[in-house]
Amino acid sequence: MKPTEIESQLEIILNEVLKPARYVGGEFNEIRKPWDDAELRIAVGFPDLYDLGMPNLALAILYDLLNKEDGLLAERVYLPWPDMDQAMRRVGVPLFSLESKHPLMDFDLLALSLPYETVYTNVLALLDLAEIPLLTAERDDNVPIVIAGGHATFNPEPMADFFDAMVIGEGEEIILEITDCIKQWRKEEQPRPVLHRSLAQISGVYVPSLYQATYNEDGTVKAVSPIEEGIPATVRKRVVPQLPPPVTDFIVPNIDVVHNRAAIEIMRGCTRGCRFCQAGMITRPVRERSVTEVVDAIARSVDITGFEEVGLLSLSSSDYRDVLELVKTVGERFADMQLNIALPSLRIESVSVELMELLQKKSRRSGFTLAPEAATERMREIINKPVKTEDLLSTASEIYKRGWSTLKLYFMIGHPAEKLEDVQAIAALCKDVLAEGRKVLGGRARLNVGVSTFVPKPNTPFQWAPCDTADQVEAKQALLKREVRGKGLKLSWTDIRETELEAWLSRGDRRMGKVIHRAYKRGAFFDAWREHFRFNIWQEAFAEAGIDPKFYSHRQRGEHEVFPWDHIDSTVKKSFLWEDYSWSAEGQTRVDCRDKCFACGILPTFKEMRRDTPEDAWQCPPVGNKKLTATSDDAEGSTNA
Amino acid sequence: MSLPEVQFRYRVRFSKTGPIRFIGHLDLQRNFERVIRRAKLPLAYSKGFHPRPKIQFAQPLPLGFSSETELLDVWFSESVSVSRLIDGFAAAAPSGLRLLEATLVAQYGTSLPALVCASQYRFALENKNLSDVQQKVSDLLAQEKIIRERRKKQYNLRPLIESLEVEEDENGQIYLKTRLTAKEGATGRPEEVLAALDETRTGPYYRLAIYLEDEKAKGEETGEGQTGS
Repeated sequence: MKPTEIESQLEIILNEVLKPARYVGGEFNEIRKPWDDAELRIAVGFPDLYDLGMPNLALAILYDLLNKEDGLLAERVYLPWPDMDQAMRRVGVPLFSLESKHPLMDFDLLALSLPYETVYTNVLALLDLAEIPLLTAERDDNVPIVIAGGHATFNPEPMADFFDAMVIGEGEEIILEITDCIKQWRKEEQPRPVLHRSLAQISGVYVPSLYQATYNEDGTVKAVSPIEEGIPATVRKRVVPQLPPPVTDFIVPNIDVVHNRAAIEIMRGCTRGCRFCQAGMITRPVRERSVTEVVDAIARSVDITGFEEVGLLSLSSSDYRDVLELVKTVGERFADMQLNIALPSLRIESVSVELMELLQKKSRRSGFTLAPEAATERMREIINKPVKTEDLLSTASEIYKRGWSTLKLYFMIGHPAEKLEDVQAIAALCKDVLAEGRKVLGGRARLNVGVSTFVPKPNTPFQWAPCDTADQVEAKQALLKREVRGKGLKLSWTDIRETELEAWLSRGDRRMGKVIHRAYKRGAFFDAWREHFRFNIWQEAFAEAGIDPKFYSHRQRGEHEVFPWDHIDSTVKKSFLWEDYSWSAEGQTRVDCRDKCFACGILPTFKEMRRDTPEDAWQCPPVGNKKLTATSDDAEGSTNA
Repeated sequence: MSLPEVQFRYRVRFSKTGPIRFIGHLDLQRNFERVIRRAKLPLAYSKGFHPRPKIQFAQPLPLGFSSETELLDVWFSESVSVSRLIDGFAAAAPSGLRLLEATLVAQYGTSLPALVCASQYRFALENKNLSDVQQKVSDLLAQEKIIRERRKKQYNLRPLIESLEVEEDENGQIYLKTRLTAKEGATGRPEEVLAALDETRTGPYYRLAIYLEDEKAKGEETGEGQTGS
């Protein structure tokens, strides 16, 4: 179908759907390059609604970077809401790009972001609506190459059947190696499997069809290994030595979206080592942008987008080396503008309140968010997020005193070794926190409590742990619903069925692909949206595939079990993760790894890269000086010794 | 305390066409604020704890409608030349939003929404039978009451229809053009007229003019101003 035909069909169907502006493009800063001049055309996509895809920073980075290259053209695509999906199918319009309205089939490459597991069936919905065969094995040479990146690819196996290639780690450099590879292949007019083999030679690219999984009798994975010579046995994640200049020229959505703001990443990686946190483990090493670079980026971005809010993003803002200087500079420089600065992920300490005070005018102080994750010191030691309860209470008190009337606290239930007392303690702690607010504000004090349910993730110290059963979770939630109530208190929680789905998928193996495929065929997509969630469909899909979902979610794994993702090298060693898991059982914590290197595995893997970067560019200790290399090849081992 | 601040109030005519016609009124307001910020125009803000940008629209344009004759008032803290307004806007606006005219008006004059008295719309019909459409239109206009229900409340549409005409272009496409009252609590809607005629349209609704009291219409139909009934 031609873009003009698609456009004329849109004239009709857009009148029938909710929020039609999701499907028309034309926003300020959208990049339109001449279609016919491009050597290679790439659709960058997010397998969820426009409203969630637009604020996705990974896609903004790729879009910016690809369009800066001569000969490349990148356009956006998101997954239409079911009303639009149905309307498109009715009139025969395939999924198209927002910029030029070309069908996805006209592109050479479709690059999708997979930030979390609950979008898996959405990927199939997106491919289906684009008329792209779902299974890689069924795609001929004229079908676009379909690749994925994002945190979920650190266990690529559940989605192995559907992607030509999956990128492990950071996309900034690798994406151009991939486009070069595809250009070359197009020139040579070779069949698709030839491309697969050249892609597999790029460091950080996993080509699932070139690997096969074998299983033990007990159902666990025996190995995932290459099917032929010359394909790497393990795929190591890619990192950039230093963060490139941040994106500033964001597309400005015409309608409201989830984070309607400019997002500037101030730091990547985290030195804290919370044991439940996958991002903290897979995004190492810690690299920061300078205060000057961040401030200039804010200025340029606000100038060019007109956004009224800027989010300064990282996994742990308090750990940004020059956070005070950053906050002071930003506060002073942008004081006269009607600009709101968000600095999420602050540590629980009174300094955080002082930081926010410098950033936010009194009139703009609405809510303040902290994430203690657990309510007892014992539990916080198990998850390695040690915070003293008295510090939490004094921080809360400061927050209420300085003009924020609403505090939001995030907790997780279902941590390993959690008892009902630990959950009871959440309720008690919330009441104590609200009491602090009442002392200052009386009845005006508000406390919102968000309680999610823990799901063990691949490549974390808790990857061996079973999830709580549904009964356990429901008992804990019932306790909270009973106790966390009353004036000024608001509780929200995660539906246990959504948690279970996430738990099955996140540690799934290649056999899970059939379940995902069946679930999609039976109508499961937009699983992250409650009203579209069909739990029974998933259960039927598991039954049909002859797989017990509890095998993935509720089983304690042994130290030496081969995981479906063991051939993916996150560069944090499995032995380190196991040690940390054992420490957890003893309630032993690790301090911030800037204070002491625990030899997680990053440095020996990337020692050459580390040598070539300035000393202060990474938070990991420098390598290559005589003292370190004289004692050991393993820089971390020596600093730790 | 001090003399009231002098502000510069401009009445602006703008278009909302193409992709941006698919956004609603609240989103349009936010778009305007952002365009003005990007264009670095000295937008004035209301006083108080939560300062709000001073922009006031004549009459919301429903989502999906296309128009080249929308009106708003905007206040600036400094004088701005009309050409700077138009050029600044052109460089900073998303596709489909264009500033067409701007006039300086009295800072404390009547508010723009209070001036609006009627709007004129045009839309194409699927029905290609001219005499059939003409008959239905004259039947409709002959009624004393056209009782319709909107948001579970009954109302009489007839007095809101100030004019309703049938047009045909060289390709045999039939259009309806209608002028509908637009006052507080008495606003006629073209989709209600369409429904009352039991017809279906093709393509978007176009707003052709917004009529202001004691003033000429700002649209292309200036001076035409027939009244029905």
